[in-house]
Amino acid sequence: MNDTTTAPAQGPTAQGLTALKLFLIFARIGVTSFGGGLSGWLLRVFVQDYRWLTEEEFLNGLAIAQALPGVNVSNMAVWIGYRLRGGIGAAASLAGIIVPPAILIVALAAVFSSLRNFELTHLALTGAGAAAVGLSLVMGITAARRVPRRALPVAIMAATFVAVAILRLPLIWVVLIGSPISVLLAARTPR
Amino acid sequence: MPRLLLDLLIVFAPLSLATIGGGQTIVADIHRQVVDVHHWMTSAQFVDVFAISRMAPGPGSLLVTLIGWEVAGVPGAIVATIAIFGPTLVLIYATARLWAKYRGAQWQIAIEAGLRPVAAGMILAAVYVLLQSLEGGLLALAIALSSTAILLTTRANAIILLCGGAGVFAIGHALGLA
Repeated sequence: MNDTTTAPAQGPTAQGLTALKLFLIFARIGVTSFGGGLSGWLLRVFVQDYRWLTEEEFLNGLAIAQALPGVNVSNMAVWIGYRLRGGIGAAASLAGIIVPPAILIVALAAVFSSLRNFELTHLALTGAGAAAVGLSLVMGITAARRVPRRALPVAIMAATFVAVAILRLPLIWVVLIGSPISVLLAARTPR
Repeated sequence: MPRLLLDLLIVFAPLSLATIGGGQTIVADIHRQVVDVHHWMTSAQFVDVFAISRMAPGPGSLLVTLIGWEVAGVPGAIVATIAIFGPTLVLIYATARLWAKYRGAQWQIAIEAGLRPVAAGMILAAVYVLLQSLEGGLLALAIALSSTAILLTTRANAIILLCGGAGVFAIGHALGLA
């Protein structure tokens, strides 16, 4: 077992991190994340750049954020904010990821009809979107690499991939049926 | 509360709880409610706001904010945003507290161990679908794979990477590569 899981709620690396800073970081991600892949951004910033969370902690949070209803990235904002700075941290992170981009999207809508006619806008967004796939792919690789090399977890990962990517089953059924089975099997497996 | 704002709340708050696996799963339902049931927008208007939400940075579910704004101005945007994010936030917040309180408990470890392979499979599937539906042909694919390689091997800033992708694609297009 990774010993970071028993560390106190605020690791030494996150010292000096205020709620305001959390707000600003989430706001920055919120207004610059063209092309999607927001969870990949969070992995990049919180784990790889600032090292405020370990890969393990991040992936555990992401797994829970995905299993619960709700938008993954706002769930992650609450999870990360709470983990690093408690209730105020959760509120600041959430406000950062929602409010500034919400204002921006309304502003964009106001100029959209003129923006849309520029071919360059479309080309730049297509290129940024392609680059943003990298953030998601890195997150996928990281998550897959951290799945224990045992038959059961690997089989569950593969089955989930096939169900969603190939069979195109609705995510809600994959989560509602796949997750409880996987958790039950994990609980019964001696570690 | 004016009737229209109440309607926005009644439509979007239940949809919030149906967003299992991510916000994109409810777009079809949003379309049905907004266009077919309530006639707040025409199908063409909906396609427009959907395109803006895909183009803009931030969570894709801000689509709902935009619908609120189109339907009832700033109060509409605020009510719609609270409705789509609010109900589920209570769930994740309660879970986060529970997790902190029982850190390292046996059941917590089992849940994490069980959910992680499912999450990994879902993320990889999402990337697979993204790569398949990538606009811009081979050039876009090359940008996506280069971006992955750069992220894996360097500490490059993600904003610079996005700008690079945008620039390379625009130049490549001008040179006739895409």
